[in-house]
Amino acid sequence: MTSEFILLASGPDAVQNLSIFDPASPPAESIRALSLLVAAISAFIFIIVEGVLFYSVARFRGRGGPQASEPPQVYGSKAIEIAWTAAPALIVFILVLVVTRTLWAVNRPNPQPKAGDQALYVTVIGHQWWWEYVYETYDGRKLGVVTANEMHVPASTGGVSRPVYLTLKSADVCHSFWVPRLGGKTDLIPGHPNEMWFQTDKPGLYLGQCAEYCGTQHANMLLRVIVDEPADFERWLENESKPAVVPADDDGPESAGQATFFTQSCVNCHRIRGMSANGKFGPDLTHLMARRTLASGMVASNRDHLRQWLVDPQSVKPGCLMPAFGLQPREIDRIVDYLLTLN
Amino acid sequence: MASIELDTPEVGQAAARSSAAPSLLYDLVTTVDHKKIGLMYIAMALVFLVIGGCEALLMRWQLLFPRYDFIGPDAFNQLFTMHGTTMVFFMGMPTLIGIGNFMVPLAIGARDMAFPRLNAFGFWVSLLGGLLVYFSYATGGAPAIGWFAYAPLTERTFARSAATDFWALGLTVSGTGTLAGAVNFIATILGMRAPGMTLRKVPFFAWTMLWTSVLILFAIPPLTAALVMLLFDRNLGAHFFDTQNGGSALLWQHMFWFFGHPEVYILILPAFGMVSEVIPVFSRKVLFGYEFMAAATAAIAFISLGVWAHHMFAVGMSRTADLFFVVSSLLVSIPTGIKFFNWLATMYGGRISFASPMLFAFGFLSMFLIGGLTGIMLAAAPFDFQLTDSYFVIGHFHWVLIGGTLFGTFAGLYYWYPKVTGRMLSERLGRWHFWLLYVGFFLTFGPMHVSGFLGMPRRIYTYDVDRGWDFWNQLTTVGALLQAPSYAIFIYNVVVSLWKGRPAGNDPWDAWTLEWTTTSPPPSYNFEQIPVVHSRRPLWDIKHPDDPDWKYE
Amino acid sequence: MMIPDASTADHGGTTGLPFPPAVSPEKTLDAAQWGMLAFLLSEVAFFGTLITAYVAYIGQDIAGPTPHEVLSLPLVLVTTLCLLASSGTIHLADRRLHQGRGRGFQLAWSATIVLGVAFLLGTAYEWRELIVEHQLTIGRNLFGSTFYTLVGFHGLHVTMGVLMMLAVLGLMLAGQLSTDNRQPVQLVSWYWHFVDGVWIVVFAVVYLIGR
Ligand code: HEA
Ligand code: HEA
Ligand code: HEC
Ligand code: CUA
Ligand SMILES: [Cu+2]
Repeated sequence: MTSEFILLASGPDAVQNLSIFDPASPPAESIRALSLLVAAISAFIFIIVEGVLFYSVARFRGRGGPQASEPPQVYGSKAIEIAWTAAPALIVFILVLVVTRTLWAVNRPNPQPKAGDQALYVTVIGHQWWWEYVYETYDGRKLGVVTANEMHVPASTGGVSRPVYLTLKSADVCHSFWVPRLGGKTDLIPGHPNEMWFQTDKPGLYLGQCAEYCGTQHANMLLRVIVDEPADFERWLENESKPAVVPADDDGPESAGQATFFTQSCVNCHRIRGMSANGKFGPDLTHLMARRTLASGMVASNRDHLRQWLVDPQSVKPGCLMPAFGLQPREIDRIVDYLLTLN
Repeated sequence: MASIELDTPEVGQAAARSSAAPSLLYDLVTTVDHKKIGLMYIAMALVFLVIGGCEALLMRWQLLFPRYDFIGPDAFNQLFTMHGTTMVFFMGMPTLIGIGNFMVPLAIGARDMAFPRLNAFGFWVSLLGGLLVYFSYATGGAPAIGWFAYAPLTERTFARSAATDFWALGLTVSGTGTLAGAVNFIATILGMRAPGMTLRKVPFFAWTMLWTSVLILFAIPPLTAALVMLLFDRNLGAHFFDTQNGGSALLWQHMFWFFGHPEVYILILPAFGMVSEVIPVFSRKVLFGYEFMAAATAAIAFISLGVWAHHMFAVGMSRTADLFFVVSSLLVSIPTGIKFFNWLATMYGGRISFASPMLFAFGFLSMFLIGGLTGIMLAAAPFDFQLTDSYFVIGHFHWVLIGGTLFGTFAGLYYWYPKVTGRMLSERLGRWHFWLLYVGFFLTFGPMHVSGFLGMPRRIYTYDVDRGWDFWNQLTTVGALLQAPSYAIFIYNVVVSLWKGRPAGNDPWDAWTLEWTTTSPPPSYNFEQIPVVHSRRPLWDIKHPDDPDWKYE
Repeated sequence: MMIPDASTADHGGTTGLPFPPAVSPEKTLDAAQWGMLAFLLSEVAFFGTLITAYVAYIGQDIAGPTPHEVLSLPLVLVTTLCLLASSGTIHLADRRLHQGRGRGFQLAWSATIVLGVAFLLGTAYEWRELIVEHQLTIGRNLFGSTFYTLVGFHGLHVTMGVLMMLAVLGLMLAGQLSTDNRQPVQLVSWYWHFVDGVWIVVFAVVYLIGR
């Protein structure tokens, strides 16, 4: 339980830290500043009011039965009423001021991308129940990389700030993008694109999850943002922009798997760039193995889990929109062999 | 207009005999007596409290361990939808409308509500609505849309089964009943007050029922309209919320919360009224600053019509729009503060006795404050970007709904039970009820704020092992288990005291408002003669003829 | 114990106790009137929502037909006149009843019913045109959805009004309702004026702004 307290007190990078009080990005930081102020004001009011309450209870706790004479009846006092209307009004006024300042600092509209801005522009598309990431531009360069469920972004190390500007859309119902340490929530609403931004100089893994109820697997629509050193990020981007690798020898299990993959319905829902697989309904699999997890962060990505997933996705993620296909174990092994080559 | 006699048991017995009907059931089904209807409302509310509570317990058990599979995702999502819907529409509002039904005519010196038949209609329709919503289980499962049912998740495309239709239909129907109730309260309170009881002299509970009713007038119809649109979408192929065809997901959110926020004040104002009746009597002092309390009530009602989008800070409104709703939301705290301070001033310098009604009033004061302050944190838009849809919100609203509405309601129930039944509730059980609830409540909903801070979203049926949320969820579940018996004790107390309770007499609390002038239980016609009123505390005037209130009002 | 009141004045006086001022009955609406007023307020909120939805969706369609293509002004102008006139006639009826002129009342009252029915027939004709000629159904596009919902609910209210007026008339002719009981007539006319008022807004939104 101590670990929770550390998390709460936002101590040194605990392994899985989603505390809003351990911000790593300007919006999250200014929100934290505001929250502490509001909390302080609330604490102040709390102490005074509860204080008076408990004092009255202790002091005027009734002695003597009902027959004892009634205490003096006080009907009210304009002066006092005005006083305790003005005090809260003043507090409200102060609160409005600080809120306004933070609001304008946090909700900056995204600028237009331009060459040399060191900024990354990503369009996030929410699906039931996974995330699609379309990399638009980086440092002014057009990208058009599409990936899913794990978002890589560059860290603002070396004194260079590399902001990440998101455009949020939905393919079906309302979702909400929430990585507590990077910033507050912004909803993904069909027919109503939204924007948000963050930037951080601390490389590492940032967790979050969908924060607007979106159906059966809302609970497992997990978010993974990986902040890389700029060089690593470039390398990752480099790799992602390549089409999928083709199995080396034409009669190894991989290419057999590839064949099966393409004879199966997989292609209707999944995309593998450079191949004829162009499905849009499911995650892009072009570089599946470049991700550490499967099914939007639910399970580690490895042979066993892939097998399990293909045998019956419902057993891994009940209710998810990928059905089981009753494939032969042999077919499954081949497909897995093939999928394992995709990185 | 002759004067009325106090302490005349014969009248009571006469009434009891005359109102004794051949068959109780037949009597209940056909009655138009505001007291019987009120009791039926309260009974309905208690049943739904137990149902909704048990749904909550199931959810809590599922969240006891990370990746625990006690109940699956679909069942869980249905549970929180039904729990929220039940508690707000079929527990919360019926309790308050029921108590109002019983007490308002007595408190203002009337013989019944303005439209007795409409009154009965209102109850039966509300009940029908509840049954319709629960009938959805017969379609293979309740709706899994959340109590605010955001579009387009509610469209046929995503919610195929008829469950969602039953839910929408049920709420439309029960909404009609609620509306009937509100119209009735307004007509009664504005049109049937006892001679001399000007609007500035109505008992405070009646005053809050009046403003709750006004809020119902403005809040329920928009919900009804929105639900009708939803039903048209699902069944006639209309496109209101069909985002594939230009429909708007945001329009639903605006319309729902235009209802949804006033709704929560509909749920709190009568509770304010009840503690405003209890605190003076048990502090032996007149309510401090009645006029300001009255004005504050009206102010809360008005402002609350303009704050709805504080439930939507994360949908990406313009910063100016955000700011507008921040300001309006924060403004509510001023009139609420006025109420708070007047309650404290009423206690200050009094002779406070902690009989069970006052115990719950104390629980209300000490807890509602906290819920209000967490509300202030949520109203600070940027802070809300982090907090919205997290467990912090769950913590906030249970704090106000239970620490506010329920504690206030219990204060009222313990206060008026003797009048309603002619017998006292057991003080001992009352204390057990209070302390178990007080502690259990704290333990349940306190940790929720923490799990919210730690990034736990609401409406998730399970969470990862590495999230570090398990400890806090376990505390919450233990708290819920502690609460359950407290409600059981309450129900036991209410039932058993009907026979075992000490006879109450007309005026066990030595109180000051009109209901205490008649017998307990009151005769079907409430009053021998309609009393004439000269002040806010008619009985004070009688008990202190040398120093009556009307000299100071 | 006694609550002192006007009738026990002397008793108060002799005991030397302070004696309360006599209470003067307030002159305001009675319960039934308050009830109707409250009901109409809730109706304002209801139509307000439907109208908001209509306005929000003006021009949002991604498929035709558009209001401009299919809504014909001449027809609706006639029906609107009927409805406005009926407000006048029902007011007249109320006055006649007040003056105790039963015949005059029945004439004006019946006229109101006729005008109301005329309005409904006009709407029926308009809808037939829209559905048969222009294939505009509630499921065709957003315009269809919002139009039929808004105009439909208003029409429903007109129908209710006509039924209530028929009921009153029937009861009077059957002698069940004495002509010196003005209340039902007054409440129904309040309702009817409200329905008219709503139509003026609906007309402006649907046929002027929305077109
Ligand atoms: C009984 C019902 C009730 C009451 C009374 C309140 C009272 C308040 N609520 Fe609450 N609220 C709910 C029930 C209630 N709420 C529910 C059910 C939800 C969630 C719905 C859902 O999402 O499912 C919700 C959600 C909710 C949100 C949206 C959170 C989100 O989803 O992102 C917000 C945001 O502004 C909010 C704010 C407030 C405020 C400002 C008050 C104020 O009225 C509080 C005012 C009171 C005080 C402030 C304390 C006393 C005042 C003083 C002692 C004076 C001095 C104080 C100051 C000057 C600050 N509430
Ligand atoms: C007044 C309203 C009200 C009340 C009283 C409660 C009471 C409780 N609520 Fe509820 N809750 C809501 C209104 C309310 N809730 C709403 C509006 C939501 C949002 C729904 C949504 O997101 O859509 C919500 C959501 C909600 C959640 C979040 C679900 C999620 O987001 O995943 C949780 C989780 O713990 C919860 C828990 C509880 C608990 C433990 C209680 C406890 O206080 C319950 C205690 C009561 C009992 C345990 C009764 C049991 C009684 C007996 C067993 C006695 C039996 C004896 C006899 C029959 C004689 N509630
Ligand atoms: C009906 C459409 C559909 C078909 C057909 C389909 N999938 Fe999927 N697939 C999905 C969806 C939707 C997801 C995302 C599930 C989730 O995370 O909720 C998914 C996820 C996956 C994943 C995990 C991707 C990730 O980023 O974690 C893999 C691997 C996968 N599918 C492989 C396959 C293979 C192999 C086939 C063919 C045998 C196949 N899919 C057929 C819809 C489909
Ligand atoms: Cu997506 Cu919740
Ligand atoms: Cu609110």
